[in-house]
Amino acid sequence: MSENNHHLHHPQQNHFCPAETMSEDEEPSRPSPPPPELGSKKTRNCAAVHPSPHSDRVLEIVLEHVLQFLTASRDRNAASLVSKSWYRTEALTRSDVFIGNCYSVSPARVTTRFPRVRSVVIKGRPRFADFNLMPQNWGGHFGPWVATMGKAYPLLERVYLKRMSLTDRDLCLLADSFTKFKELVLVCCEGFGTSGLTAVVSKCRQLRVLDLSDTEVSYDGVDWISYFPEGETCLESLIFDCVECPINFEALESLVARSPALKKLRLNREVSIGQLYRLMVSAPNLTHLGTGAFGHPEPQDPNNQEMDYAAAFSACKSLVCLSGFREVMPDYLPAIYSVCANLTSLNLSYANIDVEQFKSVICQCFKLQILWVLDSVYDEGLQAVAATCRDLRELRVFPLNAQEDVEGPVSEVGLQAISEGCPKLESILYFCQRMTNAAVIAMSNNCPDLVVFRLCIMGRHQPDHITGAPMDEGFGAIVMNCKKLTRLAISGLLTDRAFAYIGMYGKLVRTLSVAFAGDSDTGLKYVLEGCPKLQKLEIRDSPFGDAALVSGLHHYYNMRFLWMSTCQLSRQGCQEVARALPRLSVELLSYEENEKMDDDTVDVLYMYRSLQGPRDDAPQFVTIL
Amino acid sequence: MEGSRKGAVDMLAGADLSLGLPGGDGAKLDFVRTGCKRGFSATEVDLKLDLNAKESPSSVEKVKPADPARPPAKAQVVGWPPVRSYRKNVMAHNNKNSSDEDQAAEKGVASGAAAALSFVKVSMDGAPYLRKIDLKMYKTYKELSDALGKMFGSFTAGNYEAHQGMIDFMNENKLKGLLNSSDYVSTYEDKDGDWMLVGDVPWEMFIASCKRLRIMKGSEAIGLAPRAMEKCKGRG
Repeated sequence: MSENNHHLHHPQQNHFCPAETMSEDEEPSRPSPPPPELGSKKTRNCAAVHPSPHSDRVLEIVLEHVLQFLTASRDRNAASLVSKSWYRTEALTRSDVFIGNCYSVSPARVTTRFPRVRSVVIKGRPRFADFNLMPQNWGGHFGPWVATMGKAYPLLERVYLKRMSLTDRDLCLLADSFTKFKELVLVCCEGFGTSGLTAVVSKCRQLRVLDLSDTEVSYDGVDWISYFPEGETCLESLIFDCVECPINFEALESLVARSPALKKLRLNREVSIGQLYRLMVSAPNLTHLGTGAFGHPEPQDPNNQEMDYAAAFSACKSLVCLSGFREVMPDYLPAIYSVCANLTSLNLSYANIDVEQFKSVICQCFKLQILWVLDSVYDEGLQAVAATCRDLRELRVFPLNAQEDVEGPVSEVGLQAISEGCPKLESILYFCQRMTNAAVIAMSNNCPDLVVFRLCIMGRHQPDHITGAPMDEGFGAIVMNCKKLTRLAISGLLTDRAFAYIGMYGKLVRTLSVAFAGDSDTGLKYVLEGCPKLQKLEIRDSPFGDAALVSGLHHYYNMRFLWMSTCQLSRQGCQEVARALPRLSVELLSYEENEKMDDDTVDVLYMYRSLQGPRDDAPQFVTIL
Repeated sequence: MEGSRKGAVDMLAGADLSLGLPGGDGAKLDFVRTGCKRGFSATEVDLKLDLNAKESPSSVEKVKPADPARPPAKAQVVGWPPVRSYRKNVMAHNNKNSSDEDQAAEKGVASGAAAALSFVKVSMDGAPYLRKIDLKMYKTYKELSDALGKMFGSFTAGNYEAHQGMIDFMNENKLKGLLNSSDYVSTYEDKDGDWMLVGDVPWEMFIASCKRLRIMKGSEAIGLAPRAMEKCKGRG
């Protein structure tokens, strides 16, 4: 427990277990568990701890009861710092563990400190790995975690993994180890197939949630849907909309029919519109629906005339969240009109529909809070959003055609309109081919509640397309005027001035994404020296070198990670950091295996604080300094 | 640390923090250089402020200089724009299947992106679900036939070997001999929406026009033969 003493003397330096103190800005939102009844003798994590009351034990028992109302990791971390007694009690009563970086701490260390955990969140690869910037097989394996937790936490109920690699065997072990298992949420994961899923669905009889959002599942011939146990299930949420595997529809239909608690169902594009109809008819209580293909009826679907799709939607009185439309035939869109007025969340980001088709839907969605669309709706479509969706909190506009140097259908016009029509906007992700500072400044003034601002001007180094100026002023206005901003992604032509603004005004910024931006080391220095809350910094293809890297030494222990790829770092510079900060794991990744040692320039620097020292599962292309 | 903060404040103060509409900031390029000269370590990197020679050592093959008028086509950079591969693949596939070819042209879909994926659905009469395959993975009808045989091998009742000759692609001669058998016949829907027999046209033409595949019982394929022959003659 040496870290414990250390941090009691130096409260400013967060040298204690980094895993538990990392920021939660992306912690998945879930309803906080109801506070346990104080009167009940069966309060979990409590009764068994101190069997015989004693004068100072009484205080600890009181503390245990009180601590159970503390659910947020950050609060619990703070409580654990008060004294040894508080540290111990808090550790014994913590039921939810959040590990922001799977390599920051070893599984054994977690299970030793927190013996009574019911729910675990573990995140693996850094986000830039999604864009092929990280070579394959870098790591982030669930195996060691499930092996350790399988023995330590027999009562584990919930596992949430993001950007981790799992094997079928890991899933089998999970299913065998946790008899009370209830929720499996895998986001952006891969490495397993339908066999692994089969183990989970067949053995975890209390399974309530199976969520495979954006996770890759390979089809190995096993029909996993038909392995849910017979009889009524506890299923509340079944999400497999991105799973590219064929689905046995009869088994799915039977499953839905015997899952009375099912509220969230997101189907993959193998499910045809006719099959969707039958599912909706048997599950009208759904609150969240992913429609699957929503295209032409398939040969196996019964006659089109028999299907009153509009009636099926009307019958779903509780529907608030609609997505899917993976191969949409716009002719069928009018079927959803009757539910539009109730929708708070609509995801059309895989639906290639035109402006008029979009407008006919969106003009009815006046309660909408979350909207994901393709830029094929044009600025005109966004203007329609602005006119109707006064309550909009989150908007994402994805490119239909993700290339540079093409004409873009959305521009500063759409952004301006949204800023004027949606003053409550909190989060925006906007891909476009052209933008102006004026529109970005307007948004900074019109949408003061912005927490997340991610603008991707797809042409690299693109200036303000009307004035030709860099986009510095626009992003500067965002950090200056949006006082709640915690996440920022910048793009377009940007000089060091933009970074100066961020360093000066971005006092709450926790996540910053930079690509093809800046002029010199100065830019990065501004940010590292000016942003005290910075946790996650990901940079690619920007002219920042060793001098900038070294200027952040005071801050790296407070961060979850730093990623810099194709910048101007040298091995010596990274070595200097590694020497100065022993508890930092400094990984150099190489894009070309054979050139790893010779070349002095660094392809990728990925560094993160870690209590466990260099990991032992690093592949060939990784050098840990 | 002190020096750089001072530098940052001076830089911004000197440039008038009104954040009004840009346009008055003609000297934008110069102030950055001035700001950097205050109190930084000696190892500062040379400023490269010339827009035309923006050289970040990016992961692209060649970077063409940015021409103010209209930049020439840049080589596509890895992982840029930052859209996940899953989404890119799905959209490319949807674009290809869109029957409105004007729409695709208008959106400037690079033929490279659209042709990169040629997933088609394959259904087999009697099988409980469909499969999706990428036609580009095969070079000949034989390869396709083998693959389909493996995929649907478990579904045929009766007289088949698991692998070889299981799904026999038709040519005009063989067709007549098969009309009364229970052998399976492969058909496909082409761009015009017509159902054709697989094997009639050269492979390249086939993968360019095939939108979906259906493996049906030989006896049901009777009606296709005349149309298929007409169409072949029409194409020349």
